[in-house]
Amino acid sequence: MTSTPAVPAMGTKDTGEDTAIQPPIAKRVKQKLTSRGATIAAVIIAVVWTVPTAGLFISSFRPEENINQNGWWNVLANFEFTLDNYSDVLVSGGSQSPNLGQYFINSLAIVIPATLIPLVIASMAAYIFAWSRFRGKDTLFVFIFALQIIPLQMALIPLLTLFVNLKIGEFELLPSGSYAQLWIAHTIFALPLAIFLLHNFIAEIPGEVIEAARVDGAGHATIFWRIIIPLSVPALASYAIFQFLWVWNDLLVALVFSGGTGDVAPITQRLAELTGTRGGEWHRLTAGAFVSMIVPLLVFFGLQRYFVRGLLAGGLKG
Amino acid sequence: MEDLGEKFLQVVIAMAIFAAVIGIIMLLVDRAPKSFRDKATIIGFLAPAAILLIIGMVWPALQTTFLAFTDRDGNINGIDNFIWMFTEPTALVTLRNTVLWVILVPTISTIIGLVYAVFIDKAHGERVLKALVFMPMAISMVGAGIIWNFMYAYRGAEQEQIGLVNQILVWFGSEPRQFLLEAPGNTFFLIAVMVWIQVGFAMVILSAAIKGIPADIVEASRLDGATAWQQFWSITIPSIRGALVVVVTTITIITLKVFDIVRTMTAGNYDTSVIANEMYTQAFRANEPGRGAALALILFLMVLPVVIYNARVLKKQKEIR
Repeated sequence: MTSTPAVPAMGTKDTGEDTAIQPPIAKRVKQKLTSRGATIAAVIIAVVWTVPTAGLFISSFRPEENINQNGWWNVLANFEFTLDNYSDVLVSGGSQSPNLGQYFINSLAIVIPATLIPLVIASMAAYIFAWSRFRGKDTLFVFIFALQIIPLQMALIPLLTLFVNLKIGEFELLPSGSYAQLWIAHTIFALPLAIFLLHNFIAEIPGEVIEAARVDGAGHATIFWRIIIPLSVPALASYAIFQFLWVWNDLLVALVFSGGTGDVAPITQRLAELTGTRGGEWHRLTAGAFVSMIVPLLVFFGLQRYFVRGLLAGGLKG
Repeated sequence: MEDLGEKFLQVVIAMAIFAAVIGIIMLLVDRAPKSFRDKATIIGFLAPAAILLIIGMVWPALQTTFLAFTDRDGNINGIDNFIWMFTEPTALVTLRNTVLWVILVPTISTIIGLVYAVFIDKAHGERVLKALVFMPMAISMVGAGIIWNFMYAYRGAEQEQIGLVNQILVWFGSEPRQFLLEAPGNTFFLIAVMVWIQVGFAMVILSAAIKGIPADIVEASRLDGATAWQQFWSITIPSIRGALVVVVTTITIITLKVFDIVRTMTAGNYDTSVIANEMYTQAFRANEPGRGAALALILFLMVLPVVIYNARVLKKQKEIR
């Protein structure tokens, strides 16, 4: 929801150490301040923050009997390792299996268009807001920016009604239980923040570049695709990662618009349902939770700097 | 898995249709008569976003506002939904819980995040220490809910515990507890999950702000003989005040809308519901769209001042710079 860089460091510097460029005196001063007690306290916090996830991870590889017999911290005492939980939740066709493989595919099928579509639409709008002049432009831009204050919840009920009633004769344009409702809903909710963030970046592109292209006779479409988009790749990447994680991790939009069928529901929805109905099946829930977490964790550890940059730029929505 | 191909095809078709629409817009814009070209570009480039936002956000928000004053059959019933909200005992519990969440999550998350950011600043392995605490931000709240359901798992006292929190209780000689079933304590155990997620966010923002404090100020105070404690209060805190406000307000906004954690862990039962969850339950489960809309409206009114304040602070910060 916040919308402008929260800290001056944004974009110029990542959160990593920069001790190398510090003068030696400052370094010595800093080192003395980092007392042993503080380090120990920090390590304790880090451990407390990591243990819950680690416990789940370890449990997901323990056989069902072991999980139900004792806690995962006994794993070394009776060491057994299995992939059965994963094969059970992912691929087994058994009637007891949660069939998460299918829902995993659904998540992918939802998240790819729901990331790309708003990215394109928002860049187009951002380009206009940054580089054209027309009456009422600033007012319109502020209005779109202000839309960020509307919580998702304000739109859900009427939007669902609208989707259901959108028919040509008997033909439903957006049938419930299709991905289309989810794609469009995610696109709409992404737009205000996306337009704002991308505008901030696109407006920084030097005017001479665009002017030069115009002189050469390039039209707006050409300028947009050949100049604006390539030059905006860092901002586009940051926002795309953000939107990707948001959609992948979403539960509310999925619950409202997926129609609850296994044909389109994403993995988060399936897991939430399993937690409610089969909360005691820890061998399935632990493995299932990890299946759902693997994609965001890969994105997170692989592209952490972009993700952090997006956060620092105020990339929060909903 | 046999429908994999079909799903893949759906995605490809959708993207093709989308590409075609965008392609037509680009073509029309470029082929428009010269005198009209700039105008055509503005209309063509803004239209997709404008149409989607008007149909999907502005209009629905207005409709929700209207719905809040209707009953389940769509008849106008004045402020009945709001009377229900502020008199019905279960609805009052929902409001009370929301207030608890909004007070506790931002405060505790910011304090722990700040302490951690200060402690690990320039420490060995700072990157790793940061990633460990930040990681819960990346996973879904549903995943976090399952992780903590497992932490809180309960077995009778005669059995071995499989949940770590109960095991720790047992190690210290007390009885295992049903953390998520016993009100009012259960709300606090749900809040702990949200804190676990948000500390990472607070830490990352505050850590970046701390690194932005000019080294010569820190050095000067050091030469003046300030202790680490004095330095923290008279240098660090004043220098990062803006970032602190941003962190607190942002977490407040996220917390007001918290849904997934409550939905996954208790579904709002056992007196743990919050506004966002109750809104979903009333509108989409209990067939009470009027009450759902009224809750959404209250949520909007609660978020509004925080967002405006947040935007103001950010603007001021920008001007100072």
